[in-house]
Amino acid sequence: MTDLTKLTLAEARDGLAKGDYTSVELTEAHLKSMEAHRNLNAYITETPDKAIEMAKASDAKRAKGDAGNMEGLPIAVKDLFCTEGVQTTAASHILEGFKPEYESTVTSKLFDNGAVMLGKANLDEFAMGSANTSSYYGNVINPWKGKDGKDLVPGGSSGGSAAAVAGGMALAATGTDTGGSIRQPASYCGIVGLKPTYGRCSRWGVVAFASSLDQAGPMTKTVRDAAIMLGSMAGHDAKDSTSAPMAVPDFEAALTGDIRGMKIGIPKEYRVEGMPEEITKLWDNGVAMLRDAGAEVVDVTLPHTKYALGTYYIVAPAEASSNLARYDGLRYGQRVMDEGDSLDDMYSKSRAAGFGKEVQRRIMIGTYVLSAGYYDAYYNKALKVRRRIYEDFANAFGTVDTILAPTAPSAAFAIGENEDDPVKMYLNDVFTVPASLAGLPGLSLPAGLSSEGLPLGLQLIGKPFDEETVLRVGGVLESAANFTAKPFGQEG
Amino acid sequence: MSSLDKETVRRIAYLSRINVSEEGLTELAGDLTRILDFVEELQEVDVEGCEPLTSVADLTLPLRKDEVTDGNIQQKVLSNAPMTDAGCFVVPKVVE
Repeated sequence: MTDLTKLTLAEARDGLAKGDYTSVELTEAHLKSMEAHRNLNAYITETPDKAIEMAKASDAKRAKGDAGNMEGLPIAVKDLFCTEGVQTTAASHILEGFKPEYESTVTSKLFDNGAVMLGKANLDEFAMGSANTSSYYGNVINPWKGKDGKDLVPGGSSGGSAAAVAGGMALAATGTDTGGSIRQPASYCGIVGLKPTYGRCSRWGVVAFASSLDQAGPMTKTVRDAAIMLGSMAGHDAKDSTSAPMAVPDFEAALTGDIRGMKIGIPKEYRVEGMPEEITKLWDNGVAMLRDAGAEVVDVTLPHTKYALGTYYIVAPAEASSNLARYDGLRYGQRVMDEGDSLDDMYSKSRAAGFGKEVQRRIMIGTYVLSAGYYDAYYNKALKVRRRIYEDFANAFGTVDTILAPTAPSAAFAIGENEDDPVKMYLNDVFTVPASLAGLPGLSLPAGLSSEGLPLGLQLIGKPFDEETVLRVGGVLESAANFTAKPFGQEG
Repeated sequence: MSSLDKETVRRIAYLSRINVSEEGLTELAGDLTRILDFVEELQEVDVEGCEPLTSVADLTLPLRKDEVTDGNIQQKVLSNAPMTDAGCFVVPKVVE
Protein backbone atom coordinates (compact mmCIF):
# COMPACT_ATOMS: atom_id res chain seq x y z
CA MET A 1 0.00 0.00 0.00
CA THR A 2 1.24 3.50 -0.80
CA ASP A 3 2.46 5.72 2.01
CA LEU A 4 -0.55 7.96 2.52
CA THR A 5 1.52 10.75 4.08
CA LYS A 6 3.38 11.27 0.77
CA LEU A 7 0.24 12.12 -1.20
CA THR A 8 -0.64 15.60 -2.39
CA LEU A 9 -4.04 17.04 -1.48
CA ALA A 10 -5.22 16.51 -5.07
CA GLU A 11 -4.06 12.88 -5.11
CA ALA A 12 -5.67 12.17 -1.75
CA ARG A 13 -8.89 13.84 -2.86
CA ASP A 14 -9.01 11.65 -5.98
CA GLY A 15 -8.02 8.51 -4.05
CA LEU A 16 -10.81 9.10 -1.53
CA ALA A 17 -13.29 9.66 -4.35
CA LYS A 18 -12.27 6.37 -5.97
CA GLY A 19 -12.53 4.55 -2.64
CA ASP A 20 -8.83 3.54 -2.59
CA TYR A 21 -8.76 4.40 1.11
CA THR A 22 -10.93 6.10 3.70
CA SER A 23 -10.48 9.39 5.50
CA VAL A 24 -9.97 7.41 8.71
CA GLU A 25 -7.04 5.54 7.11
CA LEU A 26 -5.58 8.75 5.73
CA THR A 27 -5.96 10.46 9.10
CA GLU A 28 -4.47 7.54 11.05
CA ALA A 29 -1.42 7.51 8.78
CA HIS A 30 -0.80 11.18 9.54
CA LEU A 31 -1.38 10.80 13.27
CA LYS A 32 1.25 8.04 13.26
CA SER A 33 3.67 10.29 11.38
CA MET A 34 3.04 13.10 13.87
CA GLU A 35 3.92 10.74 16.69
CA ALA A 36 7.10 9.61 14.93
CA HIS A 37 8.22 13.20 14.31
CA ARG A 38 7.46 14.76 17.69
CA ASN A 39 11.13 15.73 17.95
CA LEU A 40 10.47 18.41 15.28
CA ASN A 41 7.90 20.07 17.58
CA ALA A 42 5.67 21.07 14.67
CA TYR A 43 2.50 20.90 16.76
CA ILE A 44 1.64 22.65 20.01
CA THR A 45 -1.55 20.62 20.48
CA GLU A 46 -2.30 17.33 18.75
CA THR A 47 -6.01 16.50 18.49
CA PRO A 48 -6.05 12.79 17.53
CA ASP A 49 -9.48 12.01 19.02
CA LYS A 50 -11.12 14.95 17.31
CA ALA A 51 -9.32 14.02 14.07
CA ILE A 52 -10.62 10.45 14.06
CA GLU A 53 -14.11 11.64 14.96
CA MET A 54 -14.04 14.17 12.09
CA ALA A 55 -12.66 11.54 9.69
CA LYS A 56 -15.43 9.08 10.60
CA ALA A 57 -18.05 11.75 10.10
CA SER A 58 -16.46 12.59 6.75
CA ASP A 59 -16.48 8.98 5.57
CA ALA A 60 -20.16 8.76 6.54
CA LYS A 61 -20.89 11.98 4.67
CA ARG A 62 -19.13 10.68 1.57
CA ALA A 63 -21.06 7.41 1.75
CA LYS A 64 -24.22 9.47 1.44
CA GLY A 65 -22.80 11.05 -1.72
CA ASP A 66 -22.18 14.41 -0.10
CA ALA A 67 -18.50 15.37 -0.42
CA GLY A 68 -17.04 18.88 -0.04
CA ASN A 69 -13.92 20.25 -1.75
CA MET A 70 -11.68 19.24 1.16
CA GLU A 71 -13.68 16.15 2.10
CA GLY A 72 -11.76 13.83 4.39
CA LEU A 73 -8.40 15.59 3.94
CA PRO A 74 -6.35 15.86 7.16
CA ILE A 75 -4.69 19.25 7.73
CA ALA A 76 -2.77 21.16 10.39
CA VAL A 77 -4.17 24.45 11.68
CA LYS A 78 -1.75 27.19 12.71
CA ASP A 79 -2.33 27.84 16.41
CA LEU A 80 -3.33 31.42 15.63
CA PHE A 81 -6.80 30.37 14.41
CA CYS A 82 -9.39 30.12 17.15
CA THR A 83 -10.82 26.60 17.25
CA GLU A 84 -13.89 25.97 19.32
CA GLY A 85 -13.11 23.99 22.47
CA VAL A 86 -9.49 23.36 21.40
CA GLN A 87 -6.68 25.23 23.15
CA THR A 88 -5.52 28.22 21.06
CA THR A 89 -2.26 29.74 22.30
CA ALA A 90 -0.75 31.94 19.54
CA ALA A 91 2.43 30.24 20.88
CA SER A 92 2.26 32.57 23.87
CA HIS A 93 2.32 31.77 27.57
CA ILE A 94 -0.30 34.46 28.09
CA LEU A 95 -2.90 32.38 26.22
CA GLU A 96 -1.94 29.01 27.68
CA GLY A 97 -5.10 27.05 28.35
CA PHE A 98 -7.32 29.42 26.38
CA LYS A 99 -10.19 27.48 24.80
CA PRO A 100 -12.20 29.64 22.41
CA GLU A 101 -15.97 29.41 22.56
CA TYR A 102 -16.15 29.99 18.82
CA GLU A 103 -14.57 28.84 15.55
CA SER A 104 -12.66 31.18 13.21
CA THR A 105 -14.35 31.82 9.87
CA VAL A 106 -11.52 30.22 7.87
CA THR A 107 -11.46 26.98 9.90
CA SER A 108 -15.29 26.87 9.85
CA LYS A 109 -15.21 27.03 6.07
CA LEU A 110 -12.53 24.35 5.83
CA PHE A 111 -14.43 22.03 8.17
CA ASP A 112 -17.71 22.71 6.34
CA ASN A 113 -15.87 21.66 3.19
CA GLY A 114 -14.89 18.39 4.86
CA ALA A 115 -11.33 19.03 6.11
CA VAL A 116 -10.13 17.04 9.13
CA MET A 117 -8.05 18.79 11.81
CA LEU A 118 -4.98 16.91 13.04
CA GLY A 119 -3.87 19.53 15.56
CA LYS A 120 -2.67 23.07 16.16
CA ALA A 121 0.66 23.91 14.57
CA ASN A 122 3.48 25.72 16.35
CA LEU A 123 4.47 29.26 15.32
CA ASP A 124 6.43 32.28 16.51
CA GLU A 125 4.76 33.92 19.50
CA PHE A 126 1.85 36.01 18.17
CA ALA A 127 3.29 35.34 14.68
CA MET A 128 6.21 37.67 15.42
CA GLY A 129 9.34 36.09 14.04
CA SER A 130 11.12 34.66 11.03
CA ALA A 131 12.63 31.49 12.49
CA ASN A 132 10.01 29.97 14.81
CA THR A 133 12.39 30.46 17.72
CA SER A 134 10.10 32.73 19.75
CA SER A 135 7.40 30.17 20.62
CA TYR A 136 6.77 29.65 24.34
CA TYR A 137 6.24 25.98 23.42
CA GLY A 138 9.75 25.52 22.00
CA ASN A 139 11.53 25.81 18.68
CA VAL A 140 10.30 24.02 15.58
CA ILE A 141 12.98 22.03 13.74
CA ASN A 142 13.05 21.98 9.95
CA PRO A 143 12.70 18.44 8.51
CA TRP A 144 15.55 19.37 6.13
CA LYS A 145 19.14 19.02 7.30
CA GLY A 146 22.26 20.79 6.04
CA LYS A 147 25.48 18.97 5.26
CA ASP A 148 26.79 19.37 8.81
CA GLY A 149 23.60 17.80 10.18
CA LYS A 150 22.79 20.77 12.43
CA ASP A 151 19.17 21.50 13.31
CA LEU A 152 17.80 24.24 11.06
CA VAL A 153 14.98 26.71 11.55
CA PRO A 154 11.81 26.13 9.48
CA GLY A 155 11.36 29.88 8.99
CA GLY A 156 8.55 31.79 10.55
CA SER A 157 6.14 32.62 11.71
CA SER A 158 4.17 29.69 10.22
CA GLY A 159 7.11 27.34 10.94
CA GLY A 160 5.09 24.51 12.47
CA SER A 161 2.68 24.53 9.52
CA ALA A 162 5.57 24.41 7.02
CA ALA A 163 7.44 21.67 8.91
CA ALA A 164 4.24 19.60 9.23
CA VAL A 165 3.60 19.70 5.49
CA ALA A 166 7.25 19.12 4.49
CA GLY A 167 7.64 16.30 7.02
CA GLY A 168 4.51 14.34 6.06
CA MET A 169 2.68 15.29 9.27
CA ALA A 170 -0.24 16.91 7.41
CA LEU A 171 -1.42 16.92 3.80
CA ALA A 172 -1.61 20.72 4.00
CA ALA A 173 -1.82 23.45 6.61
CA THR A 174 -3.28 26.87 7.21
CA GLY A 175 -0.83 29.71 7.68
CA THR A 176 -1.05 33.43 8.19
CA ASP A 177 1.18 36.06 6.63
CA THR A 178 1.77 39.56 7.99
CA GLY A 179 5.20 40.30 6.50
CA GLY A 180 6.14 36.96 4.95
CA SER A 181 5.01 34.40 7.52
CA ILE A 182 3.56 32.02 4.92
CA ARG A 183 6.02 32.53 2.06
CA GLN A 184 9.35 32.55 3.91
CA PRO A 185 8.78 29.29 5.87
CA ALA A 186 7.41 27.70 2.68
CA SER A 187 10.71 28.62 1.00
CA TYR A 188 12.81 27.27 3.91
CA CYS A 189 10.89 23.97 4.02
CA GLY A 190 10.59 23.34 0.28
CA ILE A 191 6.80 23.67 0.02
CA VAL A 192 4.25 25.99 -1.60
CA GLY A 193 2.82 28.92 0.36
CA LEU A 194 0.23 31.41 -0.85
CA LYS A 195 -0.55 34.70 0.83
CA PRO A 196 -3.80 35.85 -0.76
CA THR A 197 -4.79 39.46 -1.39
CA TYR A 198 -5.61 41.38 1.80
CA GLY A 199 -9.36 40.90 2.24
CA ARG A 200 -9.61 37.60 0.35
CA CYS A 201 -9.87 35.48 3.53
CA SER A 202 -11.72 36.58 6.65
CA ARG A 203 -9.60 37.56 9.64
CA TRP A 204 -12.46 36.83 12.04
CA GLY A 205 -11.29 34.50 14.80
CA VAL A 206 -7.62 34.79 13.84
CA VAL A 207 -5.58 36.12 16.77
CA ALA A 208 -4.66 39.63 15.60
CA PHE A 209 -1.06 40.79 15.13
CA ALA A 210 -1.16 43.72 12.66
CA SER A 211 -4.70 44.05 11.37
CA SER A 212 -3.95 46.04 8.20
CA LEU A 213 -1.50 43.32 7.08
CA ASP A 214 -2.65 39.95 8.50
CA GLN A 215 -3.95 37.50 5.93
CA ALA A 216 -4.62 33.75 6.10
CA GLY A 217 -3.57 31.39 3.33
CA PRO A 218 -2.76 27.79 2.37
CA MET A 219 0.58 25.98 2.82
CA THR A 220 0.73 22.91 0.62
CA LYS A 221 2.92 20.48 -1.33
CA THR A 222 1.95 21.75 -4.79
CA VAL A 223 0.53 24.79 -6.55
CA ARG A 224 -2.61 22.81 -7.41
CA ASP A 225 -3.09 21.98 -3.75
CA ALA A 226 -2.82 25.68 -2.87
CA ALA A 227 -5.54 26.45 -5.43
CA ILE A 228 -7.81 23.75 -4.01
CA MET A 229 -7.34 24.81 -0.41
CA LEU A 230 -7.65 28.55 -1.03
CA GLY A 231 -11.05 27.93 -2.61
CA SER A 232 -12.22 26.51 0.72
CA MET A 233 -10.72 29.33 2.83
CA ALA A 234 -11.69 32.43 0.85
CA GLY A 235 -14.89 34.42 0.68
CA HIS A 236 -16.71 37.42 2.07
CA ASP A 237 -17.55 37.46 5.76
CA ALA A 238 -19.76 40.09 7.33
CA LYS A 239 -17.90 39.58 10.61
CA ASP A 240 -14.69 41.07 9.13
CA SER A 241 -15.33 44.59 7.87
CA THR A 242 -12.21 44.47 5.65
CA SER A 243 -13.25 41.21 4.04
CA ALA A 244 -13.84 41.83 0.34
CA PRO A 245 -17.40 41.29 -0.95
CA MET A 246 -16.16 39.39 -4.00
CA ALA A 247 -17.04 36.08 -5.53
CA VAL A 248 -14.53 33.25 -5.08
CA PRO A 249 -13.33 32.02 -8.48
CA ASP A 250 -12.51 28.40 -9.28
CA PHE A 251 -8.78 28.74 -8.55
CA GLU A 252 -7.95 25.25 -9.76
CA ALA A 253 -9.40 26.10 -13.17
CA ALA A 254 -6.79 28.85 -13.47
CA LEU A 255 -4.06 26.19 -13.81
CA THR A 256 -4.21 26.02 -17.59
CA GLY A 257 -0.46 25.62 -18.04
CA ASP A 258 -0.53 28.31 -20.71
CA ILE A 259 1.31 31.57 -20.02
CA ARG A 260 2.17 32.46 -23.62
CA GLY A 261 2.21 36.20 -24.13
CA MET A 262 1.97 37.01 -20.44
CA LYS A 263 4.24 39.74 -19.14
CA ILE A 264 6.47 38.92 -16.18
CA GLY A 265 8.09 41.83 -14.33
CA ILE A 266 11.59 41.61 -12.89
CA PRO A 267 12.16 44.32 -10.25
CA LYS A 268 15.76 45.52 -10.39
CA GLU A 269 15.64 46.81 -6.79
CA TYR A 270 15.38 43.22 -5.54
CA ARG A 271 18.97 42.62 -6.62
CA VAL A 272 20.12 43.74 -3.21
CA GLU A 273 23.73 44.21 -2.25
CA GLY A 274 25.34 41.10 -0.84
CA MET A 275 22.70 38.74 -2.23
CA PRO A 276 24.20 35.24 -2.37
CA GLU A 277 25.23 34.09 -5.84
CA GLU A 278 22.98 31.02 -5.60
CA ILE A 279 19.90 33.19 -5.03
CA THR A 280 20.75 35.30 -8.10
CA LYS A 281 21.21 32.11 -10.10
CA LEU A 282 17.90 30.67 -8.89
CA TRP A 283 16.15 33.84 -9.95
CA ASP A 284 17.83 33.87 -13.38
CA ASN A 285 16.83 30.24 -13.88
CA GLY A 286 13.23 31.13 -13.05
CA VAL A 287 13.29 33.94 -15.60
CA ALA A 288 14.62 31.54 -18.26
CA MET A 289 11.92 28.96 -17.48
CA LEU A 290 9.10 31.48 -17.86
CA ARG A 291 10.62 32.82 -21.07
CA ASP A 292 10.87 29.28 -22.45
CA ALA A 293 7.20 28.80 -21.64
CA GLY A 294 6.36 31.74 -23.89
CA ALA A 295 6.10 34.59 -21.41
CA GLU A 296 7.61 37.98 -22.09
CA VAL A 297 10.07 39.15 -19.46
CA VAL A 298 10.07 42.87 -18.70
CA ASP A 299 12.24 44.94 -16.35
CA VAL A 300 10.22 46.94 -13.84
CA THR A 301 11.17 49.36 -11.13
CA LEU A 302 9.90 49.46 -7.55
CA PRO A 303 11.95 52.43 -6.34
CA HIS A 304 10.86 52.41 -2.68
CA THR A 305 11.73 48.75 -2.07
CA LYS A 306 14.64 49.57 0.24
CA TYR A 307 12.28 51.40 2.61
CA ALA A 308 9.79 48.54 2.94
CA LEU A 309 11.41 46.86 5.95
CA GLY A 310 11.71 50.14 7.86
CA THR A 311 8.08 50.92 7.10
CA TYR A 312 6.98 47.48 8.17
CA TYR A 313 8.88 47.61 11.46
CA ILE A 314 6.99 50.76 12.40
CA VAL A 315 3.52 49.90 11.10
CA ALA A 316 3.37 46.29 12.32
CA PRO A 317 4.56 46.96 15.91
CA ALA A 318 2.27 50.00 16.15
CA GLU A 319 -0.75 47.89 15.26
CA ALA A 320 0.49 45.07 17.50
CA SER A 321 0.86 47.35 20.51
CA SER A 322 -2.78 48.29 20.10
CA ASN A 323 -4.06 44.76 19.35
CA LEU A 324 -2.16 43.16 22.22
CA ALA A 325 -3.52 45.66 24.75
CA ARG A 326 -6.39 43.19 25.15
CA TYR A 327 -4.18 40.77 27.12
CA ASP A 328 -4.84 42.27 30.51
CA GLY A 329 -5.00 39.22 32.77
CA LEU A 330 -8.67 39.88 33.25
CA ARG A 331 -11.01 38.38 30.66
CA TYR A 332 -8.90 35.46 29.47
CA GLY A 333 -5.34 34.21 29.62
CA GLN A 334 -2.77 34.25 32.39
CA ARG A 335 -3.07 36.51 35.41
CA VAL A 336 -0.20 37.32 37.77
CA MET A 337 -1.18 39.21 40.90
CA ASP A 338 0.03 39.49 44.47
CA GLU A 339 -1.80 40.48 47.64
CA GLY A 340 -2.55 44.21 47.69
CA ASP A 341 -1.70 44.79 44.00
CA SER A 342 -3.42 47.58 42.10
CA LEU A 343 -5.08 47.08 38.72
CA ASP A 344 -1.98 48.54 37.03
CA ASP A 345 0.26 46.13 38.96
CA MET A 346 -1.87 43.24 37.77
CA TYR A 347 -1.69 44.35 34.14
CA SER A 348 2.06 44.93 34.25
CA LYS A 349 2.91 41.69 36.04
CA SER A 350 0.59 39.56 33.90
CA ARG A 351 1.98 41.02 30.68
CA ALA A 352 5.62 40.78 31.81
CA ALA A 353 5.17 37.10 32.69
CA GLY A 354 2.92 36.28 29.73
CA PHE A 355 4.77 37.83 26.78
CA GLY A 356 8.17 36.69 25.49
CA LYS A 357 11.10 38.96 24.67
CA GLU A 358 10.37 39.68 21.01
CA VAL A 359 6.70 40.38 21.68
CA GLN A 360 7.63 42.79 24.49
CA ARG A 361 10.11 44.57 22.21
CA ARG A 362 7.51 45.00 19.48
CA ILE A 363 4.82 46.23 21.86
CA MET A 364 7.25 48.81 23.22
CA ILE A 365 8.48 49.99 19.81
CA GLY A 366 4.84 50.28 18.75
CA THR A 367 3.94 52.19 21.89
CA TYR A 368 6.87 54.54 21.34
CA VAL A 369 6.09 55.36 17.68
CA LEU A 370 2.46 56.02 18.58
CA SER A 371 3.25 58.15 21.62
CA ALA A 372 2.75 61.90 21.77
CA GLY A 373 5.62 63.74 20.13
CA TYR A 374 6.74 60.79 17.98
CA TYR A 375 3.54 59.89 16.13
CA ASP A 376 4.19 62.15 13.16
CA ALA A 377 7.92 61.52 12.90
CA TYR A 378 7.56 57.73 12.91
CA TYR A 379 4.07 56.36 12.47
CA ASN A 380 2.59 58.91 10.11
CA LYS A 381 5.80 59.04 8.12
CA ALA A 382 5.74 55.25 7.74
CA LEU A 383 2.14 55.36 6.50
CA LYS A 384 3.14 57.87 3.85
CA VAL A 385 6.07 55.74 2.71
CA ARG A 386 3.67 52.80 2.67
CA ARG A 387 1.62 54.67 0.09
CA ARG A 388 4.75 55.19 -2.02
CA ILE A 389 5.40 51.44 -1.93
CA TYR A 390 1.77 50.76 -2.85
CA GLU A 391 2.04 53.18 -5.79
CA ASP A 392 5.27 51.53 -6.99
CA PHE A 393 3.40 48.24 -7.43
CA ALA A 394 0.39 49.92 -9.04
CA ASN A 395 2.72 51.52 -11.60
CA ALA A 396 4.52 48.26 -12.32
CA PHE A 397 1.23 46.41 -12.76
CA GLY A 398 0.31 48.95 -15.40
CA THR A 399 2.65 47.02 -17.71
CA VAL A 400 3.07 43.49 -16.31
CA ASP A 401 0.78 40.64 -15.23
CA THR A 402 2.89 39.33 -12.38
CA ILE A 403 6.28 39.94 -10.76
CA LEU A 404 8.97 37.29 -10.18
CA ALA A 405 11.48 37.59 -7.33
CA PRO A 406 13.25 35.38 -4.78
CA THR A 407 11.22 34.60 -1.64
CA ALA A 408 14.05 34.97 0.86
CA PRO A 409 17.69 36.09 0.79
CA SER A 410 19.00 32.70 1.98
CA ALA A 411 18.17 29.07 2.65
CA ALA A 412 17.18 27.91 6.14
CA PHE A 413 19.84 28.74 8.74
CA ALA A 414 20.86 26.96 11.94
CA ILE A 415 18.82 27.43 15.10
CA GLY A 416 20.50 30.14 17.17
CA GLU A 417 21.80 32.16 14.22
CA ASN A 418 20.60 35.77 13.79
CA GLU A 419 19.45 35.91 17.42
CA ASP A 420 22.04 38.41 18.69
CA ASP A 421 20.44 41.44 17.05
CA PRO A 422 16.68 41.79 16.39
CA VAL A 423 17.36 43.72 13.17
CA LYS A 424 19.38 40.81 11.69
CA MET A 425 16.35 38.57 12.03
CA TYR A 426 14.13 41.19 10.37
CA LEU A 427 16.30 41.12 7.21
CA ASN A 428 14.93 37.66 6.33
CA ASP A 429 11.70 39.37 5.31
CA VAL A 430 13.28 41.81 2.85
CA PHE A 431 11.61 40.27 -0.25
CA THR A 432 8.25 39.40 1.30
CA VAL A 433 7.40 42.58 3.21
CA PRO A 434 6.79 44.90 0.20
CA ALA A 435 3.88 42.82 -1.15
CA SER A 436 2.43 42.64 2.36
CA LEU A 437 2.47 46.42 2.73
CA ALA A 438 0.72 46.72 -0.63
CA GLY A 439 -1.81 43.98 0.26
CA LEU A 440 -0.93 41.94 -2.84
CA PRO A 441 -1.11 38.17 -3.34
CA GLY A 442 2.24 36.36 -3.19
CA LEU A 443 3.03 32.73 -3.94
CA SER A 444 6.27 31.00 -2.95
CA LEU A 445 7.24 27.71 -4.55
CA PRO A 446 10.38 25.59 -4.31
CA ALA A 447 12.53 26.17 -7.39
CA GLY A 448 15.98 24.84 -6.60
CA LEU A 449 18.52 23.72 -4.02
CA SER A 450 21.30 25.64 -2.31
CA SER A 451 24.90 24.42 -2.34
CA GLU A 452 24.05 22.86 1.04
CA GLY A 453 21.24 20.89 -0.58
CA LEU A 454 18.50 23.01 1.01
CA PRO A 455 15.35 24.25 -0.74
CA LEU A 456 15.16 27.77 -2.16
CA GLY A 457 11.90 29.45 -3.13
CA LEU A 458 10.84 31.84 -5.85
CA GLN A 459 7.98 34.23 -5.34
CA LEU A 460 5.29 35.48 -7.71
CA ILE A 461 3.52 38.70 -6.75
CA GLY A 462 0.19 39.51 -8.38
CA LYS A 463 -2.34 42.27 -8.83
CA PRO A 464 -5.00 42.69 -6.14
CA PHE A 465 -7.47 39.78 -6.25
CA ASP A 466 -5.62 38.16 -9.14
CA GLU A 467 -4.49 35.00 -7.36
CA GLU A 468 -5.50 33.18 -10.54
CA THR A 469 -2.63 34.64 -12.59
CA VAL A 470 -0.19 33.99 -9.77
CA LEU A 471 -1.36 30.37 -9.58
CA ARG A 472 -1.29 29.90 -13.36
CA VAL A 473 2.28 31.20 -13.68
CA GLY A 474 3.22 29.33 -10.49
CA GLY A 475 1.95 26.09 -12.00
CA VAL A 476 4.11 26.56 -15.09
CA LEU A 477 7.17 27.44 -13.03
CA GLU A 478 6.57 24.42 -10.79
CA SER A 479 6.50 22.05 -13.78
CA ALA A 480 9.62 23.60 -15.30
CA ALA A 481 11.59 23.64 -12.03
CA ASN A 482 10.57 20.03 -11.38
CA PHE A 483 11.59 20.23 -7.73
CA THR A 484 11.61 16.63 -6.52
CA ALA A 485 14.07 16.74 -3.61
CA LYS A 486 12.67 15.66 -0.26
CA PRO A 487 13.83 16.22 3.30
CA PHE A 488 15.59 13.46 5.20
CA GLY A 489 13.29 10.51 5.77
CA GLN A 490 10.76 11.64 3.16
CA GLU A 491 12.62 10.36 0.10
CA GLY A 492 11.08 7.92 -2.35
CA MET B 1 17.13 60.46 15.45
CA SER B 2 17.22 59.30 18.97
CA SER B 3 19.08 56.89 21.13
CA LEU B 4 16.74 55.79 23.89
CA ASP B 5 17.91 56.19 27.46
CA LYS B 6 16.83 54.09 30.40
CA GLU B 7 14.30 56.64 31.63
CA THR B 8 12.56 56.78 28.26
CA VAL B 9 12.38 52.98 28.17
CA ARG B 10 10.95 53.02 31.70
CA ARG B 11 8.21 55.36 30.46
CA ILE B 12 7.48 53.23 27.39
CA ALA B 13 7.33 50.11 29.57
CA TYR B 14 4.84 51.84 31.84
CA LEU B 15 2.70 52.99 28.89
CA SER B 16 2.82 49.39 27.60
CA ARG B 17 1.91 48.06 31.07
CA ILE B 18 4.84 45.64 31.06
CA ASN B 19 6.96 45.25 34.19
CA VAL B 20 10.64 45.46 33.30
CA SER B 21 13.55 44.91 35.69
CA GLU B 22 16.43 47.41 35.97
CA GLU B 23 18.76 45.16 33.92
CA GLY B 24 15.94 44.62 31.47
CA LEU B 25 15.64 48.36 30.90
CA THR B 26 19.30 48.61 29.91
CA GLU B 27 19.06 45.68 27.50
CA LEU B 28 15.84 47.03 25.98
CA ALA B 29 17.35 50.49 25.55
CA GLY B 30 20.02 48.86 23.34
CA ASP B 31 17.56 46.70 21.37
CA LEU B 32 15.02 49.46 20.83
CA THR B 33 17.70 51.92 19.78
CA ARG B 34 18.98 49.44 17.18
CA ILE B 35 15.45 49.09 15.80
CA LEU B 36 14.94 52.87 15.71
CA ASP B 37 18.31 53.33 13.97
CA PHE B 38 17.20 50.80 11.41
CA VAL B 39 13.94 52.61 10.60
CA GLU B 40 15.74 55.97 10.52
CA GLU B 41 16.31 55.69 6.76
CA LEU B 42 12.63 56.48 6.17
CA GLN B 43 13.39 60.09 6.99
CA GLU B 44 15.14 60.51 3.61
CA VAL B 45 12.01 59.59 1.59
CA ASP B 46 10.21 62.50 -0.04
CA VAL B 47 6.56 62.19 0.97
CA GLU B 48 5.54 65.71 0.04
CA GLY B 49 1.81 65.77 -0.71
CA CYS B 50 1.47 62.07 0.10
CA GLU B 51 -1.57 60.92 2.08
CA PRO B 52 -0.92 58.31 4.81
CA LEU B 53 -2.06 54.84 3.72
CA THR B 54 -3.95 53.31 6.62
CA SER B 55 -5.55 50.44 4.72
CA VAL B 56 -5.10 48.78 1.36
CA ALA B 57 -8.68 47.50 1.41
CA ASP B 58 -10.42 49.61 -1.17
CA LEU B 59 -13.68 49.59 0.74
CA THR B 60 -16.11 51.90 2.44
CA LEU B 61 -16.76 50.37 5.82
CA PRO B 62 -20.08 48.58 5.56
CA LEU B 63 -22.96 49.55 7.85
CA ARG B 64 -25.53 47.21 9.26
CA LYS B 65 -28.77 47.74 11.13
CA ASP B 66 -28.27 48.81 14.72
CA GLU B 67 -29.80 45.79 16.35
CA VAL B 68 -28.81 43.06 18.78
CA THR B 69 -27.41 40.07 16.89
CA ASP B 70 -26.29 37.90 19.77
CA GLY B 71 -26.40 37.73 23.54
CA ASN B 72 -27.36 35.45 26.40
CA ILE B 73 -23.91 33.87 26.38
CA GLN B 74 -22.70 34.96 29.81
CA GLN B 75 -21.17 31.57 30.55
CA LYS B 76 -19.25 31.59 27.27
CA VAL B 77 -17.96 35.10 27.84
CA LEU B 78 -16.72 34.21 31.30
CA SER B 79 -15.46 30.70 30.56
CA ASN B 80 -11.80 31.69 30.07
CA ALA B 81 -11.57 34.35 32.77
CA PRO B 82 -8.89 33.81 35.45
CA MET B 83 -11.31 34.95 38.19
CA THR B 84 -15.09 35.36 38.21
CA ASP B 85 -17.74 35.90 40.84
CA ALA B 86 -21.52 35.99 40.55
CA GLY B 87 -21.38 36.19 36.77
CA CYS B 88 -18.81 39.01 36.71
CA PHE B 89 -15.10 39.42 36.01
CA VAL B 90 -13.13 40.07 39.19
CA VAL B 91 -10.55 42.88 39.27
CA PRO B 92 -8.37 44.15 42.11
CA LYS B 93 -9.87 46.87 44.29
CA VAL B 94 -9.79 50.16 42.35
CA VAL B 95 -11.54 52.51 44.80
CA GLU B 96 -9.91 53.15 48.17
